[in-house]
Amino acid sequence: MDYLLNEQQTMVRDLAKKIADEKIAPVAAHYDETEEFAWPIMKILADSDLFGVYIPEEYGGLGGGVVDMCVVTEELSRACGGIALGFAGTGLGTFPILLHGSDEQKKRFLPDIAKGKKLAAFCITEAEAGSDAGSIKTTARKEGDHYILNGTKQWITNAGEAEIYTVIAITDKTKGARGASAFIVEKGTKGIDFGKKEKKLGIRASATREVIFTDCKIPAANLISKEGMGFIVAMKTFDSSRPGVAAQAVGIAQGALDHAVKYARTRIQFGQPISSFQGVQHMLADMGTQVEAARALVYATARMVDSGAKSVAKESAMAKMFASDVAMKVTTDAVQIFGGYGYMREYPVEKYMRDAKITQIYEGTNQIQRNVIAANMIKESLKK
Amino acid sequence: MASSITILLDKCTGCTLCVKKCPFGAIHMANKKAVIDMAKCTFCGACVEICKFKAIEMNKEAGQKRDLSAYKDVWVFCEQKKGVIQSISFELLGEGKILAKKLGVKLCAVILGSGIESKIEELSSRGADKIYIVDHPALKSYQDDPYTEVLVKLVFEYKPEIILCGATVIGRSLVSRVAVKIDAGLTADCTGLDIDEKERLLLQTRPAFGGNIMATIITPNHRPQMATVRHKVMKEAVIHKAHKAEVIRKSYAEDVMRSRTTLLDIVEEIEETVNLAEADIIVSGGRGIGAPENFGIIKELAKVLNGAVGASRATVDADWIPYSHQVGQTGKTVCPKLYIACGISGQIQHLIGMQSSKIIVAINKDPDAPIFKIATYGIVGDVLQVVPALTKEFKRVLKK
Amino acid sequence: MNIIVCIKQVPNTTDVKIDPVTNTLIREGVESVINPFDAYAIEESVRLKERFGGKVTVITMGPPQAENALKEAISLGCDEGILVSDRKFAGSDTWATSYTLATAIKKIGSFDIIICGKQASDGDTAQVGPGISTHLDIPQVTYVKKIEDISVNVAKVERMTEEGYDIVQTPLPCLFTVVKEINTPRLPSLKGMMRAKSAKIIKWTADDIEADPKSLGLDGSPTRVVKIFSPTPRKGGEMLQGEIGDVAKELAELLKDVVI
Repeated sequence: MDYLLNEQQTMVRDLAKKIADEKIAPVAAHYDETEEFAWPIMKILADSDLFGVYIPEEYGGLGGGVVDMCVVTEELSRACGGIALGFAGTGLGTFPILLHGSDEQKKRFLPDIAKGKKLAAFCITEAEAGSDAGSIKTTARKEGDHYILNGTKQWITNAGEAEIYTVIAITDKTKGARGASAFIVEKGTKGIDFGKKEKKLGIRASATREVIFTDCKIPAANLISKEGMGFIVAMKTFDSSRPGVAAQAVGIAQGALDHAVKYARTRIQFGQPISSFQGVQHMLADMGTQVEAARALVYATARMVDSGAKSVAKESAMAKMFASDVAMKVTTDAVQIFGGYGYMREYPVEKYMRDAKITQIYEGTNQIQRNVIAANMIKESLKK
Repeated sequence: MASSITILLDKCTGCTLCVKKCPFGAIHMANKKAVIDMAKCTFCGACVEICKFKAIEMNKEAGQKRDLSAYKDVWVFCEQKKGVIQSISFELLGEGKILAKKLGVKLCAVILGSGIESKIEELSSRGADKIYIVDHPALKSYQDDPYTEVLVKLVFEYKPEIILCGATVIGRSLVSRVAVKIDAGLTADCTGLDIDEKERLLLQTRPAFGGNIMATIITPNHRPQMATVRHKVMKEAVIHKAHKAEVIRKSYAEDVMRSRTTLLDIVEEIEETVNLAEADIIVSGGRGIGAPENFGIIKELAKVLNGAVGASRATVDADWIPYSHQVGQTGKTVCPKLYIACGISGQIQHLIGMQSSKIIVAINKDPDAPIFKIATYGIVGDVLQVVPALTKEFKRVLKK
Repeated sequence: MNIIVCIKQVPNTTDVKIDPVTNTLIREGVESVINPFDAYAIEESVRLKERFGGKVTVITMGPPQAENALKEAISLGCDEGILVSDRKFAGSDTWATSYTLATAIKKIGSFDIIICGKQASDGDTAQVGPGISTHLDIPQVTYVKKIEDISVNVAKVERMTEEGYDIVQTPLPCLFTVVKEINTPRLPSLKGMMRAKSAKIIKWTADDIEADPKSLGLDGSPTRVVKIFSPTPRKGGEMLQGEIGDVAKELAELLKDVVI
């Protein structure tokens, strides 16, 4: 289906697809096995200028928006959802600066991100604060011209590999939801440390670690927006990044689907290719339709975000929730179509199924997404 | 001097046969009539031949026919490296003899080098009627400038009508320069040479588009007619020890021997593998062998057969084996007596590199693999089982 | 450093197939691409520019659509593109082609290095590069697999040979033809693609480059194609069936004379 991408977006998509097919697909299984971070791929993405597609031109980017970011994420995820996170996770870590940062902060950090010289990571989750993000315990204490950060963030994508960390920490415990603030912390600052790399079910090529702050001293100029704006920065960040997760889910689903169709065509049982059996055909039809519906929702939402719509929370949540549920179903069905081979690590589909699961969990579990959607629907109903 | 080609519109029925036949995509249909794009047409005549309605008329102006009668004899440039004549030269002498006979002229060997007097006997025994030898320290190893200058001077003085040269690194570099300097026609990588005796023309046949089509080329109005030939395409000249050749020793002034480029070093990279391009037997591994360590069984079979190890692009891209082993369009083109393709599906890019092998044996677990369409012998089976079995049997047959 | 890279747009030979019924090339849907070896030439030129500073001019002789190849080269890092195109070039063999390109290069003016791919995948002759250097009377090194160093007007390179490689030193200006071993071509960057989109390709005709009409096109080509035909397709042979052990025995017997 044609999503009416403009010329630049089409160029972006074609280039991302080329990199996915020629550079990522051949090594996806390797990185899944070794769980190393795919720095060589990051270099290729950097050289191709893809890291800057959603960053304004004045900061060295290409001036595109969430649509562009989703296009890249989807194409890269078709080859490997884990490696794609080097790009998509950086997007998540960059949005706080992009959406709420001062011009000085943007000038300081965005050019290197646009060039792919530095990756970024977003730190909000803690051991005791997942869905209940309000319960975070990491603190940021003001001391003269600095803030001192203390606490541990958990399960942070790109942690240890990224240079730039946007962190949500409590500046005023008494103010509840209004007591959190957003900060930028650079790797190498005294007091920021990383835990061991987590061993995960899927997206194994993505680096997931704890980020530990021990009296980490950062300049006050690294505070994003104002004190107390932390959760608003986080929520607005998710509004822009959730379509990206949805795009990743669509990419993963499409990748699995492509493998399944090809396999069904070539696998002969009972004297014919299994693609000639209605049972399989119906599965494929449902899978294909679901993926296309998810994609349509992703790009409609992304376009909405780029158009500057004031409220996109509901739509972003819908896209993320729907696409990730689709991805889980489609990848599971893809394994089913492969039959016994689908279960074998030698064949590519089981990886897609493992990779898809996380999209239902991170950046807000699908249960939280449903809360967000319902809350917005009720709010709208009240207005009417 | 204008050649012309016209579509006779009243005869053209719009059948589009010519459109499909043209190797250069120069014909398209407009209003159901053929139209030739003059920017692409090369006057090869393929369309004229295929048109059932004789609707295409071509006039190839031959131009003023030059008087080329002064040019006689078939020359073979004999490449030597470190004083050893390369075997391609013997193949060219073999073919050259046949051509010279048809033209009724002499076969001449041309050799440049330093301290190469002893080569005269070898070249005589291979059938050369005349040997032009230029012996000078500056010619010890190949350098573009002195070799080009010397060959050009020899040509101007002795006027050969045909020059054959090996399509080697040296050969291709040398004759390309010579051809431009002496305004001669040069055809590369000929797989077939023949003589049009009526016109006294060398008919040079060579592959194009990676071997998907063959073209026959002539040099009607320029002399000498130059052609390079690949290794292992022609038959080596038989050795007749008693054969004696007339020897012409030439020497030239120092400024002819000058070279702008300097050869600083010659580095030989000796691997346990036999030179792939020269090998008579090649055992090649593709993706179907499953894992990089399985190249071990490929190497085993190659060793027993005293052959070289080849590889498909897929295995090289996956880093299972170095690029120097790659056979195919983007790798090496080989022409062995026996090519054993193990776990190779037979994509066209690979076939381009090996389809002129005399005997092809294909082993693949997929019965529909394209390689079986061109294999002399095909075995459907697991490479990891078949190849060791073959190694065992060949060991027995060769009493190893 | 002024670098000139010569490229050719060719049909994608991996797509080229023979129609089994008419025994002719199927041309529909065959896209035109930059000659694979030229991709390595472009990459090496851009690397030299990045290493030594300067400008890369990419030039091609071809039909108007070859402009796309030039734009692709610009997206990969070349600075300027020149299309030499004229009906008068039709039917050029390698002599006329190298003459035309050399004449165009003379018009460009001064240069330090010309880089060409080893050969084009449609003609496969590898003659144009050396032809250009001879028309320009500059030294050449063919089959270059590594440019070790370039210092004031002298270049040191590795030339691939059948047994290994030679180390050759050459004065500048000179011409190199390069092989695949020399580098890994990069992918285009978005900024490059955008620059290519808005790039203005310089177009020259035979008159613009002041070429001698007698040396152009068919008239300037000593060689002529007289026949095009399909090679006799190789036919499949026999499939050996049976137990692996027996099949192996059978094959060994069949090939006994070949392997001894």
